[in-house]
Amino acid sequence: MSDFTADNGPAKGDAKSSLFHETTRTKRRNAAETRFKAYGIAAIATGLFFLVALLVAILGNGLPAFKQTFVTIPVELTEAKLDKNGNRDPADLAKVSTFGYKPVVTAALVSALKAEGIEIPFAKEEDVEDILSSSVAAQVRDTVLANPDLIGETVDFRLLASSRVDGYFKGRVTRDALVRDKNLDAEHLDIADAMVAAGLMKTTFNADFIFGSDASESRPEQAGIGVSMVGSLFMMIVVLALALPIGVAASIYLEEFAPQNKWTDLIEVNISNLAAVPSIVFGILGLAVFIQIAHLPQSAPLVGGLVLTLMTLPTIIISTRASLKAVPPSIRDAALGVGASKMQSVFHHVLPLAMPGILTGTIIGLAQALGETAPLLLIGMVGFIASNMPDGITSGFLDPNSAMPAQIYEWAKRADPAYYERAWGGIIILLVFLMTMNIIAVLLRRRFERRW
Amino acid sequence: MSFVKLTASAIAIAAVSATAASARDQVQVAGSSTVLPYASIVAEAFGENFDFPTPVVESGGSSAGLKRFCEGVGENTIDVANASRKIKDKEIAACAEAGVTDIIEVRIGYDGIVFASQLDGPAFTAFEPADIFNALGAKVLKDGELIDNTYTQWSEFNADLPAADIMAFIPGTKHGTREVFEEKVLIAGCEATGAMEAMIASGMSEDDAEDACMSVRTDGKSVDIDGDYTETLASIDANPNGIGVFGLAFYENNTDKLKTATMSGVEATTETIASGDYPVSRPLFFYVKKAHIGVIPGLKEYAEFFISDDMAGPDGPLAEYGLVSDPELASTQAAIEAEDTMQ
Repeated sequence: MSDFTADNGPAKGDAKSSLFHETTRTKRRNAAETRFKAYGIAAIATGLFFLVALLVAILGNGLPAFKQTFVTIPVELTEAKLDKNGNRDPADLAKVSTFGYKPVVTAALVSALKAEGIEIPFAKEEDVEDILSSSVAAQVRDTVLANPDLIGETVDFRLLASSRVDGYFKGRVTRDALVRDKNLDAEHLDIADAMVAAGLMKTTFNADFIFGSDASESRPEQAGIGVSMVGSLFMMIVVLALALPIGVAASIYLEEFAPQNKWTDLIEVNISNLAAVPSIVFGILGLAVFIQIAHLPQSAPLVGGLVLTLMTLPTIIISTRASLKAVPPSIRDAALGVGASKMQSVFHHVLPLAMPGILTGTIIGLAQALGETAPLLLIGMVGFIASNMPDGITSGFLDPNSAMPAQIYEWAKRADPAYYERAWGGIIILLVFLMTMNIIAVLLRRRFERRW
Repeated sequence: MSFVKLTASAIAIAAVSATAASARDQVQVAGSSTVLPYASIVAEAFGENFDFPTPVVESGGSSAGLKRFCEGVGENTIDVANASRKIKDKEIAACAEAGVTDIIEVRIGYDGIVFASQLDGPAFTAFEPADIFNALGAKVLKDGELIDNTYTQWSEFNADLPAADIMAFIPGTKHGTREVFEEKVLIAGCEATGAMEAMIASGMSEDDAEDACMSVRTDGKSVDIDGDYTETLASIDANPNGIGVFGLAFYENNTDKLKTATMSGVEATTETIASGDYPVSRPLFFYVKKAHIGVIPGLKEYAEFFISDDMAGPDGPLAEYGLVSDPELASTQAAIEAEDTMQ
């Protein structure tokens, strides 16, 4: 007791605790609060800093992928080379391979350069062809096969420039670096500069990057994300068609009808556990069950969709149950009170009120599935796969295809640095999709959510 | 109820798939990530020039590819396995057990393995297999005695090399490249330094000595890279003193960041690899399931197109990308034409 008074002695000398005078204790408490606020602001600032750094890196690295250098030259489609028999028979025309078309395009480039008075400093004039992408022969061949009447005429073609020339105009390739590069010489860049001056070469927006198909390692300039975007779309259709009805049915039963016993407890615990299972595990499961036992085709978006369905289900079930729980019991009681059956009360009253929450959860689950790569690694959706645009609904589900994140992963692995740029560009497109989906989810919630 | 419709259509899709699964019309390929670039170039050109759809090429490593290849015969197994090494007897046996008995082996050409470092890093310009072994071997010969590797700098065992810390990024054991690295560099270096002799003298059998030669130090100076060459490149980017093991084609695409060292005094180029002067090279293969020829449309055409002179010849797009063309291409072409299987 004496200690107590001794301790409080000096405090008594101070002014009494009042709102106008801060005591040391109040000061300390206020200081602690200020510090805590500062920590919070620091945490948010750190988060914002990383977000900005990430966005700057993504945009800085990825935006160049949306532009591409094109060469526009007239190509003389010589009959002697492309149709030796002169009968325009499609079977004969198809026998001339892309290797037969290559010299035709190279000759066109050489004559276009000569017509503009651009000097070719190579011993062999054909060496200038390194300026062009190796895809040009196929492009010209496809045009001729589609329209054989063009043979014998001179047609203007807009051709892709090679990835290194393209990189030069985007600042990725420098003359110094080319000294040790055997794919292109500094002289090619001199010609490229002259071609830009003469209006033969131009760097413009590249729609093929968004809508095109994957290309092989030797032609990054031709690669696009379009086919894998379609692959992702078909997978999302499968996920939506399976995960939404199964997930909603399961949660309605668990939330509204199921008796409270050990079994339902066990199921509930396991659904929560399932939501935390790493996605690669679902990939292994998918490989074993869908491909090796059920004999579904490899690399098919159908299988990818099934695997992602397994992954998305817990997310949908958990969010659906949460939104069902949020509907006040008075609604159910009122419905039952006026004589509705249990099922009528659920489907006529509870479910419509819970719908915005369910849809939000579904969209977020879909967005999560859209960005998933790991399970797709195991079911053969990563590699040089997204090369054919599916030609129908069945082929869209069953023919080998990739998905957007898998395509980005694949590009990031490839040797040519031009593919690295494409990977960043792909990230931009994927982020646009994810942000759109999240914005839709937010809008749905804002527009329809009711609070009691 | 729209749910009911959705579920019904989903079941319908699954039912269609079950029947359609038996109608695959494109060739499926998987395997070595070293062969993947070449296979993708061929697949793309194949799709352009033939009426068949573009084949699908997956990567994953030689061993993983051969394992999937040996899962059995049928349309939901792959048709072609790419490999950066020869198929092993063990794998042939596993194949046979699953019913894959007739395998056609196709050698597409050669690939060089280079030792590269940062362009502006220490002057690693010339290596001997002995240098690599001294730097990375688990047990090395020092002052006539076989001891655990304690070297920390390259200059400690070869005064011509820079005084830089030892740091090497070598392919992990699932890569076919590792095997070539062990055989043509580590064992060669082991023999050259006399460590092999010392091991045998100490009572080891020849096989045990070879195994001991192939084991690398585990104190963190040698790092196994299980991913692709891009991962090795990233590691080199972060370590100025790092030495990485790359395929020649990968190096040629990244000459703005990397420089190579000569091996035994020979620079790695397609010419020196073709002539056999550059010591660290290996053949690349793909394996075709004969049972699938005639079932999967375009399979034989793909195999023939792969090693046609237009593609795999010395002036073809594969050579342009970095493949060292096989001088005996004609006999391989004849073997595919006749569908000769392995014995």
